[in-house]
Amino acid sequence: MKTNLSMNRRQRTLWTIVLGFLLLMAILFSKTWVNTGNILTNLETRNVAPSFEHLFGTDWLGRDMFTRTMLGLSLSIKVGLLGAFGSTAIALILGMAAATMGKVADQFISWLIDLFLSVPHLVALILISFTLGGGYKGVIVGIMATHWPSLARVVRAEVMQVRSAEYVKVSRRLGKSNGWIAAHHIFPHLLPQVLIGFMLLFPHAILHEAAITFLGLGLSPHEPAIGIILSESMKYLSSGLWWLAFFPGLSLLIVVRVFDKIGGSLRLLIDPTKAHL
Amino acid sequence: MRLEAKGISFKYGKNPWLFQDVDFEIEAGEVVGLTGVSGRGKTTFCRILAGFERPVEGEITLGGKPLQQTGVHPVQMVLQHPEQAVNPRWKMQKVLQESGPLDDALRERLGIERTWLSRWPNELSGGELQRFCVARALAANPKFLIADEMTTMLDAITQAQIWQAVLEAAKEREMGIIVVSHERNLIKRLCDRVVEL
Repeated sequence: MKTNLSMNRRQRTLWTIVLGFLLLMAILFSKTWVNTGNILTNLETRNVAPSFEHLFGTDWLGRDMFTRTMLGLSLSIKVGLLGAFGSTAIALILGMAAATMGKVADQFISWLIDLFLSVPHLVALILISFTLGGGYKGVIVGIMATHWPSLARVVRAEVMQVRSAEYVKVSRRLGKSNGWIAAHHIFPHLLPQVLIGFMLLFPHAILHEAAITFLGLGLSPHEPAIGIILSESMKYLSSGLWWLAFFPGLSLLIVVRVFDKIGGSLRLLIDPTKAHL
Repeated sequence: MRLEAKGISFKYGKNPWLFQDVDFEIEAGEVVGLTGVSGRGKTTFCRILAGFERPVEGEITLGGKPLQQTGVHPVQMVLQHPEQAVNPRWKMQKVLQESGPLDDALRERLGIERTWLSRWPNELSGGELQRFCVARALAANPKFLIADEMTTMLDAITQAQIWQAVLEAAKEREMGIIVVSHERNLIKRLCDRVVEL
């Protein structure tokens, strides 16, 4: 047995969550601790390779890439959280409605799910975002409106299964109302599904935001979004400025992984078959 | 007060009749055994009595009045498989409290230890879970209790312990019990009379 770490697995999992959460929060509120003056054009320090003064180097206008990356990630996390949250809410509402509101509602919602699944995410996302005039709002609404179908289907199946379980029937004979059963019996079963769904949607949302911004259909170019940073750096890759793409890309990857790790750890803590380990 | 089932017929969907025109009655405080060959619909009949299913034909009355569909059902049933009758995402304390506040005397009589209350259902054995199901049904203060193969998978000592607690509770409250079992000796030992389905 290892004794050098005097924590049990539950404590380690808790610490993972806390540290990951702190890291994400630090990036999300990076506006308060980075020197925003560094992203202004400074032609004296153009194209500087990574050093202690400029951790991620500087670009062709002398802007500090570390500052830009942090601000860009902050925006990306915001878009990701809002988009994933909206999608999860839509999925939860539609899934529960399909499973509890009768045959017609179920058929309609299932048809809607099939409809949205038959169109590639990115195409629908570009259309919606474009219709709403692009920008911050367009991207977020677009992500919310396109990422819910597969989760809605999972929620619907889960509700249907729990609804017909014996313990729900027993609960009904004990005089519990539909609302009470939904809140106490069905919701705890949905929580892990919804949580995992949310965690899986978040990277999707961020990467799709970066993708349509990269294509020039998302956020406007003056905003320091990760997608914009990556798409701009493409032009300079061939001239040897590798740090313009490498560090922002790596940071995006780390954020997504940290979020994934938090999701996995949370799941470990609330799942009855794993919670006591 | 008497529980009366008149002319009960039942079938699942378009399948042939499971049973037709069954009459059954039980007085308050009476212990009645229900036997029959496997597959004759004993469990289904009990589920109808406890309000889990509606009969296709016939009606059930309690004290002359038809049973209401809402509120706490006066006929509670302890199912054969306790692991299906307990929400796997609830701790045992919540399971017990679903039918009313905790009753320490009843808990101890059924041999449920206090430390079990903070466990998940998957951390208890079938017999331990079944005690919880019995306690939950009794805490709902039913007029009648249906024990559908309630102690079949338990060892003799546990079986005796649970039955003693249930019979004591029944005597105190004038509660009727319907015992479904294949165990002839158990039925002979417990029941005032036996009905064959």
